[in-house]
Amino acid sequence: MNKPKLSRRKFLLVSAVAGGGVLIGYAATRPSRHRVANDTLAEGGERFVTSWIRLQPDNRITVYVPHSEMGQGIHTALGQMAADELDADWELVDIEQAPATDLFANDAIVKGFGEELLPPFLTGVVNASALTVARIANLQTTGGSSSVRYTGENTIRVAGAAARQMLLQCAAERWGVPLAECSTELSHVHHSASGRSLAYGELAEAAARMEPPENPVLKEPSQFNLMGKAISRRDIPAKVDGSAPYGIDAHSEDMLYAALRLAPVFGAKLVSVDAGQALAQRGVRRVVELEDGYAVVADNYWRAKQALELVEATFESTENDKVSSAMLAERFDAALAGDNGSEDFESGDADAALEAAGDVLEASYRVPYLAHAAMEPMNSTMHIQGDRAELWTSTQDALAIKARAASTAGLREDDVTYHHSYLGGGFGRRLPFTWNVIDHAALIAREFDVPVKTILTREEDMRQDYYRPAVHSNFRAAFDGEGRVTAWRNRFTGPIQVPGAAHIPYAIPNQSIRVVDVETHVPIASWRSVDHSQQTFFIESFIDEIAHRAGVNPYQLRMDLLQEHPRHRNVLQVAAEAAGYGSGLPEGHALGLAVQESFGSIAAQVAEVSIGDDGRAIVHKVTCAMDCGWAVNPDGAEAQIESGIIFGLTAALHGAITIENGQVVQGNFPDYEMLRMATTPEIVVHLVESGNPPGGLGEPATPPVAAAVANAIYILTGQRIRELPIGDREFTLDRSLAGNV
Amino acid sequence: MANFRLNGESRELDIEPEMPLLWALRDELGMTGTKFGCGIGNCGACTVQVDGNAARSCITPVSAVEGRDVTTIEGLATALGGDELTPVQQAWIDHQVPQCGYCQSGMIMAASSLLARIPAPSDADIDATITNICRCGSYPRMRKAIHAAAAAMAVDATA
Repeated sequence: MNKPKLSRRKFLLVSAVAGGGVLIGYAATRPSRHRVANDTLAEGGERFVTSWIRLQPDNRITVYVPHSEMGQGIHTALGQMAADELDADWELVDIEQAPATDLFANDAIVKGFGEELLPPFLTGVVNASALTVARIANLQTTGGSSSVRYTGENTIRVAGAAARQMLLQCAAERWGVPLAECSTELSHVHHSASGRSLAYGELAEAAARMEPPENPVLKEPSQFNLMGKAISRRDIPAKVDGSAPYGIDAHSEDMLYAALRLAPVFGAKLVSVDAGQALAQRGVRRVVELEDGYAVVADNYWRAKQALELVEATFESTENDKVSSAMLAERFDAALAGDNGSEDFESGDADAALEAAGDVLEASYRVPYLAHAAMEPMNSTMHIQGDRAELWTSTQDALAIKARAASTAGLREDDVTYHHSYLGGGFGRRLPFTWNVIDHAALIAREFDVPVKTILTREEDMRQDYYRPAVHSNFRAAFDGEGRVTAWRNRFTGPIQVPGAAHIPYAIPNQSIRVVDVETHVPIASWRSVDHSQQTFFIESFIDEIAHRAGVNPYQLRMDLLQEHPRHRNVLQVAAEAAGYGSGLPEGHALGLAVQESFGSIAAQVAEVSIGDDGRAIVHKVTCAMDCGWAVNPDGAEAQIESGIIFGLTAALHGAITIENGQVVQGNFPDYEMLRMATTPEIVVHLVESGNPPGGLGEPATPPVAAAVANAIYILTGQRIRELPIGDREFTLDRSLAGNV
Repeated sequence: MANFRLNGESRELDIEPEMPLLWALRDELGMTGTKFGCGIGNCGACTVQVDGNAARSCITPVSAVEGRDVTTIEGLATALGGDELTPVQQAWIDHQVPQCGYCQSGMIMAASSLLARIPAPSDADIDATITNICRCGSYPRMRKAIHAAAAAMAVDATA
């Protein structure tokens, strides 16, 4: 695989724009991009450059955010970061999504993830996508819980601080006073000695002619005015009156609607269709045949959907036509039994320690495929007119999706205009490399000269997803004569999408962690928290097994083995104390716990569980302590943690996509159940401010909850949960372990 | 012909009587505040009110609303006699309920209908009535917002 070459030079870019405003932006950027930008976008004497902040003569400020708003509150959080560094009046700050052009590509995320190469889950390399890896150099990706910690910290704050410094300097020059005598507050520069003030807007034109500072100084936390405050999200008012636009809401009087059916067995090709009956239905314009499916296009989506059922189609048979989840599970087990895999992490000599052990504990874990099931079904509207096109679709990467649609439709990227919208859920599904149906939508739209909106039915959305992979993990632990754990051996099925997710923080001297890649025909990709969603269930369950086998309290064992990880210990302690760990619980309740670091944050969770009269587990409460360094917007942070827990608990209790005859069985919510109001536990969140750099928040609350619940169930029943989901399992109480909390 | 009142205005549409109200609203009338989620009346993203009662528009044929009053999220405030936000909508903002927001039109319509029927709902009432799906998991905030809206409406009623 080619590594993209990325310049590490950082430019601060300033330009005058029409209307006397100034655009300021930091970007690690390539000269070629500037040439392209200036060639294609600059008019008259203007010089457009990569930019994140725009000052206007009327003293309003626009912050351009290169990330998608999918409910995580990123527009507000990044707006707060820019405005705070700028000492802006929040009431005068507008926030806009950056246009889907090269000019606003965001390199901060690339640098944040390690300078050279993004992790596989963001690049789609695990899917052998049609797009080349080189494409990632131009990014507006929203994923990996990265927006605040990389874009915000490395780009948006720097741009804000630079702008503030330039405005100070402009004012000082205009007044002929030393810069040190000037200060900024609420979008004004003040000179207190003379009582003079200037609005930022009055300085914008002069600032546009300045050389930007090379190393603007960022604020210390004690200087924050907006960061760290629970400011109301800017996107919420439009989400309570129906006016917030989602991709699926693109509408015009003359538009057509496409209902799509793809090969039920992944990878199969369409052989033939009999569209006669469908074409005779009211409003149906055409049946479009595609390589791997077909679409009915009509003047109303319902008409298209109804007619879709009348099409008789034949797909070619494939070698996967008989594949079932049971067969795949056998394949995974056989692979783990027959192949030592490739190294993920090795330390000491685990095999020797297992040989010499006084006691060995073995356990096999597994999790099923999971669908994303975003509430907004996957959809795309495209209007192709000659060699130009307009595109509406909810995406986690506007630039890349535009490029993909253009490429499929045979158009130049620059000839496609992308229209932003909110996302009705992302969770990894709307990353560009796995947004497969964009291709189908483009090919369908190419057949018409009016806009065509392609929408997947819920059933197609669920059956044509890129899934959280099904994964098996086989553990062995060795104990010495005193019951101390001496070896941790793990063999799990791959591929690895997030390097390091299977590593453990526990001080076990001998470790052997290896991955065995197993091919299946089921497409996989990133699903909220990616590998952590399964690995944390495995790791935090097995460490619990080790504790019980060793006769040590699971909380104490973790604390003992986390001596090198004070942040882990701290969140565990905070969560345990808040949940009343070790103190009195209602009769029949038990607590289970889990801790995991992911995406720069560390989450500890304690689940309070009982067994209902029907034998099913009831989760009453989940307490979470989250060390995310510090939170830009604490209320938004808590919302993300609540959300992450409910997402993880939904999967733990109900989530399973199964394969029969090569196809996905589940099709709609009755067979892919979600937590709802009545089944959602009480959630208590404690944000732990450790003073570390900000960590991610969109994902880190999801991984621990499954193990926390499973560990509580073990206390209640003596039954160890080694497979998810658990919602339909019936348990029998066994109070012999009650003393273990 | 389908005839019904939508947010107080008469509408006449030349569509099949069995067309679900959802698609009449979205595709025929361009009223996109009401969302498509599952198509089988399970998730509640498409919830509207018919004569004040919550109804899942993806399984409600237009023939079933013939001559009746349909209220969508766009007309909620107007239907309650104002053009400002309703107490439910305001509580949704105060408690920062929506995340992605896609399910929230349906949630607000369902919650508004609940409060019209039961002015001070218990948690059990909320559990039994609000069966819509929110994939982002805004349920804890939604519960608080429903109680807050109930309290605000009780104050309004006595004022």
